Amino acid sequence: MHIAEGFLPPAHAVAWTIAAAPFVVYGARQVVVTVRKHPSAGPLLAAVGAFSFVMSAIKLPSVTGSSSHPTGTGLGTAIFRPPVMAFLGTIVLLFQALLLAHGGITTLGANAFSMAIAGPWAGFAVFFALRKAGVGLLPAVFALAFVADLVTYIVTSVQLALAFPAAEGGIGESFAEFLAVFAVTQVPLAIVEGLITVVVVRVLIQVASSELVSLGFLNRNTEREEVQS
Amino acid sequence: MSTGSNGRSMAPMVIALLGLAVVIAVGSLLFGYSRDAEAEFGGADGQAEEVITEIHEDYEPWFSPLVGELPGEVESGLFALQAGLGGIVLGGAIGWYAGRQRGRREAESTTG
Repeated sequence: MHIAEGFLPPAHAVAWTIAAAPFVVYGARQVVVTVRKHPSAGPLLAAVGAFSFVMSAIKLPSVTGSSSHPTGTGLGTAIFRPPVMAFLGTIVLLFQALLLAHGGITTLGANAFSMAIAGPWAGFAVFFALRKAGVGLLPAVFALAFVADLVTYIVTSVQLALAFPAAEGGIGESFAEFLAVFAVTQVPLAIVEGLITVVVVRVLIQVASSELVSLGFLNRNTEREEVQS
Repeated sequence: MSTGSNGRSMAPMVIALLGLAVVIAVGSLLFGYSRDAEAEFGGADGQAEEVITEIHEDYEPWFSPLVGELPGEVESGLFALQAGLGGIVLGGAIGWYAGRQRGRREAESTTG
């Protein structure tokens, strides 16, 4: 989903940057608020950022004969909510653009919008709905990570289709073409990402349950037992 | 199987889920090869660039990466570095909480 440097026309690059900016700025403020309110959650914040950093660096093979990478945004979204992930995900993308020539500065806004904003919010909406419906914590986390991963790539396809409508068939045709590159390829990766996210959440519940309770991710006692039994 | 806070109870689940993740990743690779024995598993991001140039033959990227085009070997090294650095931070944070939890438990067992 990293749209390469210079691969969005200037008007689109600017528009996506403007669209992403308020989410990222609000997210940055939420990071400060979170750390001030829960000082011992600092390492946890670093951990979820690092998780996204690692996951979005790992290219995995897929059934389509091409490879792609997960996004790693599900973990931070689950624990810290989407606004915080908007900021952390953008930092990850900035690092990759500056140091690895992966993605780009001109496409940072568009990439942040898909990976750090749209994906996490879509995943969180599913997580919230599943939890309301009484689904267990870990299955809901799996669904969150799966949806966040997949939606990221769908949004990338929309962004590219808007920028490059096909001569015949227009935006719809382009969308189908970009989706053909990304969507099916991403399904097994999203499942893998969901499984790994569940594992990390499970480990964190073991060692950092007091932070997860104070952050509102875990309910006191009842849920800890539900997961650990 | 004890379900206490000793951490052992989660090991089977962690191993099973990670095992399943590996099976899906390797299975995807094998399935990809079974459909096309010469599949190259090129990156989807790169394929999207190809689709762009198919749709708009005359599209020229108007900005190039600040670090320039890197040789493949150097690039894969940077990706390894990225994964390594992220792994250190992630492991360090989990280790920090695990150590704290252990300290708490030891304090409890000496006082109680």
